[in-house]
Amino acid sequence: MSVDTKTVARIAHLARLKVPEDRLDPLAGELNQLLAWVEQLGEVNTDNVPPLTSVVHARLPRRDDVVTDGDRQADVLANAPDAQNGFFAVPKVIE
Amino acid sequence: MSKLISGATGEWEVVIGLEVHAQVTSNSKLFSGAATEFGAEPNTQVSLVDAAMPGMLPVINAYCVEQAVRTGLALDAQINLYSIFDRKNYFYADLPQGYQISQYKQPVVGEGIITLDLKDGETKEVGIERLHLEQDAGKSMHDQHPTMTYVDLNRSGVALMEIVSKPDMRSSEEAGAYLKKLRTILRYIGTCDGNMEQGSMRADVNVSVRKPGGPLGTRCEIKNVNSVRFVQQAIEYEARRQIDVIEDGGKIVQETRLYDVAQGVTRSMRSKEEAHDYRYFPDPDLLPLELDPAWVDEIKAGLPELPDEKKNRLMRDFGLSVYDAGVMVSEPEIGVYFEEVAKGRDPKQASNWVTGSLFAALNAKGVSITESPVTAANLGKLIDLIADNTISGRIAKDVFEIMVETGGDPAAIVEEKGLKQITDTGFIEGIVDRIIAENPGQVAQYDGGANPKVIGWFVGQVMKQSQGKANPAQVNELLKKKLG
Amino acid sequence: MSELTDLTIAGALSGLDKGEFTSRELTQAYIAEVENGRALNAFTTETPDKALEMADAADAARRSGDAGPLNGIPLAIKDLFCTKGVLTTASSHILDGFKPPYESSVTANLWRDGAVMLGKVSLDEFAMGSSNETSFYGPVQNPWRTTDGKARVPGGSSGGSAAAVAARLAMGATGTDTGGSIRQPASFCGLAGIKPTYGRCSRWGIIAFASSLDQAGPITRNVEDAAIMLRSMAGYDPKDSTSINTPVPDYRKALTGDIRGLKIGIPQEYRMDGTPPDVLALWDRGIQWMKDAGAQIVDISLPHTKYALATYYIVAPAEASSNLARYDGVRYGLREQGGNLIEMYENTRGAGFGEEVQRRILIGTYVLSAGYYDAYYLKAQKVRTLIAQDFEQAFGRVDAILTPTAPCSAFSPGEKSDDPISMYLNDVFTVPASLAGIPGMSVPAGICGAGLPLGLQILGRPFEEETVLKVGHVIEQAAAFGARPRIWWKEAA
Repeated sequence: MSVDTKTVARIAHLARLKVPEDRLDPLAGELNQLLAWVEQLGEVNTDNVPPLTSVVHARLPRRDDVVTDGDRQADVLANAPDAQNGFFAVPKVIE
Repeated sequence: MSKLISGATGEWEVVIGLEVHAQVTSNSKLFSGAATEFGAEPNTQVSLVDAAMPGMLPVINAYCVEQAVRTGLALDAQINLYSIFDRKNYFYADLPQGYQISQYKQPVVGEGIITLDLKDGETKEVGIERLHLEQDAGKSMHDQHPTMTYVDLNRSGVALMEIVSKPDMRSSEEAGAYLKKLRTILRYIGTCDGNMEQGSMRADVNVSVRKPGGPLGTRCEIKNVNSVRFVQQAIEYEARRQIDVIEDGGKIVQETRLYDVAQGVTRSMRSKEEAHDYRYFPDPDLLPLELDPAWVDEIKAGLPELPDEKKNRLMRDFGLSVYDAGVMVSEPEIGVYFEEVAKGRDPKQASNWVTGSLFAALNAKGVSITESPVTAANLGKLIDLIADNTISGRIAKDVFEIMVETGGDPAAIVEEKGLKQITDTGFIEGIVDRIIAENPGQVAQYDGGANPKVIGWFVGQVMKQSQGKANPAQVNELLKKKLG
Repeated sequence: MSELTDLTIAGALSGLDKGEFTSRELTQAYIAEVENGRALNAFTTETPDKALEMADAADAARRSGDAGPLNGIPLAIKDLFCTKGVLTTASSHILDGFKPPYESSVTANLWRDGAVMLGKVSLDEFAMGSSNETSFYGPVQNPWRTTDGKARVPGGSSGGSAAAVAARLAMGATGTDTGGSIRQPASFCGLAGIKPTYGRCSRWGIIAFASSLDQAGPITRNVEDAAIMLRSMAGYDPKDSTSINTPVPDYRKALTGDIRGLKIGIPQEYRMDGTPPDVLALWDRGIQWMKDAGAQIVDISLPHTKYALATYYIVAPAEASSNLARYDGVRYGLREQGGNLIEMYENTRGAGFGEEVQRRILIGTYVLSAGYYDAYYLKAQKVRTLIAQDFEQAFGRVDAILTPTAPCSAFSPGEKSDDPISMYLNDVFTVPASLAGIPGMSVPAGICGAGLPLGLQILGRPFEEETVLKVGHVIEQAAAFGARPRIWWKEAA
């Protein structure tokens, strides 16, 4: 499995990272090197081995259905780069 | 009833599957303690978890799990005692985490079944593929500012059940019946209010067409349709569009489409489509959801009577027709109302009053049955007044009108307005005698029963003279006797 | 006041109890050291005013008899813990100006017990690194230099924590460990550092790197201090679904010095080719110390050890790629404008994340993407099961495992920056325990030929931190590690 610059561009877009054109090639090289390195896992026989879901052996804790939070608009918006009229504001999304 | 659509090259069959997003009825969100109420000020029902502040973690709401299990049980579905929450990764302004916590490969509920009530008492079974729990996104508003989109996270994190049907439906009517039946069930068990206008229930519609008996065609998904009527219109448009494309030598591309309500057409959403790759993986902030079978049994035991059971019981115990029984169970409140009216009374009468005069009055007033000015108790009393001959059926209609306006007690209205039926034979006889005496022509026409229809004219006269209060049976009997 | 900053936490608590000095005096001494130590670049944010305020409150509490177990002790906080109203950066440009309106559970526990915050200390950006060179705020210097005066990295990702404690700019520091980020810098800086069992410390309010691996723990000058700090940091938190509800013992009581009859496992797979002789020699010395103390040495096998790193470098980036999706310029931190929403995202994240973070996001996105999930992510999680089983089986035979902490002493700045894999290889001994979620501790045990500290690692069964601390304490006693870095940073200031 080899990653080309087109794949890097696609992955970068999926991850919403702006990658300058001239970085695509070196990044493809790095990713290929990493992927070649992790390829060694192919040696391990994992037939009938379940994937690990958590190292915690416990029952998923549950909350009661009560309202314990909210009414903190100021906290929620305090760090926003752009907040207007109680909303977060982002560049217009055209649908 | 033919479900096939004819095209230039012959008949086509439409294949429909629905994915319904139903908001779980709960006080707080799926993974945070913020409220779920509709219509609050922007960003006031948002916890730091819902806003995806760094380091915030989800903790599941036990009641939302219970609601999902309850729904699964009501759909006669497999309850998975082990399920997994996954992250569905994508970027959008109203998805603060950059992922939605959902269930992908191992949902909490597996295969089930739903019985549709179609025209003329016909039924059809549609398979449920799965039901899973997931978070709702926030809301983007594009019309508040010329160059900015505003984001409100009040809905962010509200629990949704995604209920996926098998592609078992073959017409827009069936899709409509499916949505109505699903909504009825959810409302019976109280797991979703089914309010499509407020967005508590939305549907993604998968549509494809094929030649009858042929292999399945390529499907298109129409996203986020928010009323039964629009779902049906969208299916009809989309099926026709696909047939036209194929018959013109084209191919259907699998894609996401949008139903444009104003134009009545579906439209490609290719822009949103680009490079969707959700990169699902189990959410490491949560552990697998394991359910105790005894707990599931407890929920099952606590299920209320479901619409299908109730319908069967109403048909069996009250002798209602399939149609009437279907109407009575369509909303839980109607069933409750009807049963209170029918209890200890003639069920046919009760059913007629509810589906006839009551529905007409509610319709005219634009109110639901829970807001009915005529309570079930009062409607029951009205029927009792007819049964014990206190008033006639005709007078009862007038009394009912007054009840609709005033919400009053029928006995009091009858008393106050002096509408009691007259059963005093002497009094009725007086009127009968007078009318016979004053109308020799009609007496002759009657001709001692040779022309029996004329008796109706006499009855009408007597009722008119008695202001409708004379007992019609007595009037009939007296007239027959006197006219010989 | 220099003698105040020489005290351990245990020593300072006793001095405070006896009224020999106040927390204000102790804190003032540390504030002065923090100022003198700026050449180390350990702190991202200094909070002297807050520190004095907290010290005064601690002194008042002590006077009224309400002193908590860490009352008046000045600490540094890794800048990955959210601290209410105090800039929290994860050493990343993308969190510019972020002041959380909340306090992480672990730091809240420390303040509950009376600790004092000196400030926030640097780390590799989003805890991704083993040298503290990826911080947006510049590399952190290791207080230790080679005998011939060459600069060294402090390790990472908790490099600021380790540098601050080693240079006596703080009595102790919080760290987080995802693949060795507490243990490796502790080893590089001659300190004690423990990563407790996954689920022992709450992750709530700690900026997530890889959620299934991240665990908080202390970095201190000795094992006893680590025991004191861990007791305050640990505890069940209903806000973290992976937190475990089990009582927190007084870890100090475990430091009995008595390990007679304890079975100590020595995994053959950790004897890797190319490991420097210094490291292997120290390990052998550690084994001898164990024997001398009456423990029984058992050779064990952890057969999947060699696959741990590759597993880790699939699982951790995959989780990170998702955890870091929330940094999008909408609700906090940096925003770089763009013509539309997608451009704004790409510009913000392109400018806000450094090279290593971007590399890991890309690899993580790739291994989760359609068509590759099974081959990479799912495969790695299966191998992870085998790695966890290796430990389970081993712990059926032994009570603790002894290994080196890192395959080398602190390396030179820039030495591994151009080769990500050689940097990753530094975690080879620490990553397996992270994947299995078991507790692990590094204890300073010796000095390498270049004059730099080396640590030994003790691993234990889940929730048996007491055994780990007890064994670590014995090594510490046997090693009698008394070396200290030469103080060069004050001259630099």
